[in-house]
Amino acid sequence: MGFEEIVHTADWALRVWADNLEGLFAEAARGMYALSGANQAEGPKVKRTFETQAQDAESLLVAFLSELVYALEQEGVIFDEFDVQVEGTKLKVEMSGAPILSLTKAIKAVTYHNLQVRPTARGYEVEIVFDV
Amino acid sequence: MIGIQNLTKISDHEWEIPQSFRADMRVPVRIFATQRLLEQIMDDKSLEQAVNAATLPGLVGNVVIMPDMHQGYGFPIGAVAATEFPRGVISPGGIGYDVNCGIRLLASSIELEAALPHLDALATLLNKYCPSGVGVKGVVRVNVPELERVLREGSRWALKNGYASEQDLARTEEGGCLEGAYPAKVSDRAKQRGRQQIGSVGAGNHFVEVDVVESIFDSETAAVFGLRTGCLAVQIHCGSRGLGHQVCTDYVQSFQSAVQRYGIELPDRELVCAPMDSPEGQAYLGAMRAAANFAFANRQLLAHSARRAFEEIFAGKLKGWELRQVYDIAHNMGKIETHEIDGQRIKVCVHRKGATRAFGPGSPDLPPEYQSTGQPVLVPGSMGTASWVLAGTEMSMARSFGSCCHGAGRVMSRSKAKHEIRGDDLRRELEGRGIKVRAGSMPGLAEEAPSAYKDVDAVVETVTAADIARKVARLRPVAVVKG
Repeated sequence: MGFEEIVHTADWALRVWADNLEGLFAEAARGMYALSGANQAEGPKVKRTFETQAQDAESLLVAFLSELVYALEQEGVIFDEFDVQVEGTKLKVEMSGAPILSLTKAIKAVTYHNLQVRPTARGYEVEIVFDV
Repeated sequence: MIGIQNLTKISDHEWEIPQSFRADMRVPVRIFATQRLLEQIMDDKSLEQAVNAATLPGLVGNVVIMPDMHQGYGFPIGAVAATEFPRGVISPGGIGYDVNCGIRLLASSIELEAALPHLDALATLLNKYCPSGVGVKGVVRVNVPELERVLREGSRWALKNGYASEQDLARTEEGGCLEGAYPAKVSDRAKQRGRQQIGSVGAGNHFVEVDVVESIFDSETAAVFGLRTGCLAVQIHCGSRGLGHQVCTDYVQSFQSAVQRYGIELPDRELVCAPMDSPEGQAYLGAMRAAANFAFANRQLLAHSARRAFEEIFAGKLKGWELRQVYDIAHNMGKIETHEIDGQRIKVCVHRKGATRAFGPGSPDLPPEYQSTGQPVLVPGSMGTASWVLAGTEMSMARSFGSCCHGAGRVMSRSKAKHEIRGDDLRRELEGRGIKVRAGSMPGLAEEAPSAYKDVDAVVETVTAADIARKVARLRPVAVVKG
């Protein structure tokens, strides 16, 4: 599994790949934090469960990453451990994290632009464009 | 990939992608650009995105693309698309995440030469009073009931609370308040993101900048706008902050199923839309207008902060320090307007995504003093180069739904800029040219380097040659505050 930044003229974009959908979601979160230059502070762990239902994997992914954008902006929390369960149109993520130490870049929103979770020979791949 | 061979040349400044180019296009795409500007964007996906935008149900006329166009998501940046009201659609992604991102221009009578010894202190104070950067809070924090008043009233809320003058409101698009805002359609999350951010600049390409009026091209119009050669002016560029981003996020998400209900097929899911007369379309219209009002109030609070800085630095030392509003204009907005299409006046929703409203002389939406000049059109250039004040023309009403360009337009990706340009070097270079820089993040500064943008003068030459605006004044920066 992994992620890499891809070229976009005005905003930020990531290519993410993983062996399975669960890994893809967790890696997308890590990629997004890496883009924003987010570092965690030492401190007590914050635990959270996020559950949602949406029409497909792309909508679940946008909902999940948007949840993390909100937690980052409003609560100053970065999650780094994810237990992801995807069952059809349902998503449950148990995650733990810690407060922000530093952040270099605000990711303001997660877009649906050309968003497609694609099966590959090795698992799944997706390209995500963020509004910054 | 769309190439120059797919475009029909109308003139040296105008091109067309005919409706026949792709089967799902509902209208042609008209592009205002020189061949050189076009070639600069052939590498990215701007034109493909323009063709995608031309597939929205209910479009009328042409999708119009400005010379500062560049790749966005869904719509390209620099796009204008009008859908027939009320049966046509409204697309949140066609308006953008930063609802009512826009520019405010304030003018003074302080001569640069007299101000020079104070510029450093002014930049520092502007940086203090106009909070910018990642995760900053605004100068005002309100509870949710008060925020809902901001969402309904926009700049009128600021006026009631002593942050605005009557003239500020008269010289703001829509008087700084869109009717039909419906705070109940704005999610709790959006409200939570917004209630601590009123009066903050944010990050990205947003800024507060002190400029000097370098040259004037139409002295009569410049005098009406209050612009004097050699005098200081202030530009404020920002929008609806986290609140607008959450509104767009919420509706792009919920419209994913709306398009299925209404049987709308689209080439990109970011373009999701709903008919304006549907419950979904009405809900978004109410929420989008509320976010737009938040942005008007935000820029008004920042104008108040800039005035406070000017007063503290210049009062008692120099005359003419009062900052009078020239205009405040949105460049990410959906507006219900009446335009003439094929000889018929029809009501449309004009989506402007990275495009500025540019109404011509005689428009009832302009204050009396601007009736003969046309609307001030504010075109900020890239940091450290130049910005322009233009005026709307009769031709802009006929050719571009009363719209014009909104800036220089990016040509270099943020990642490339960050790798090729060091923020520290750029700051030294700008300071070496006499520009005071206050920036929260050096990588953020590097991303906004002038070399990452097109030449704003070339963009302005194009829109003025196409007669959708005319030149009034050119501004040069002397102090920049960025997140």
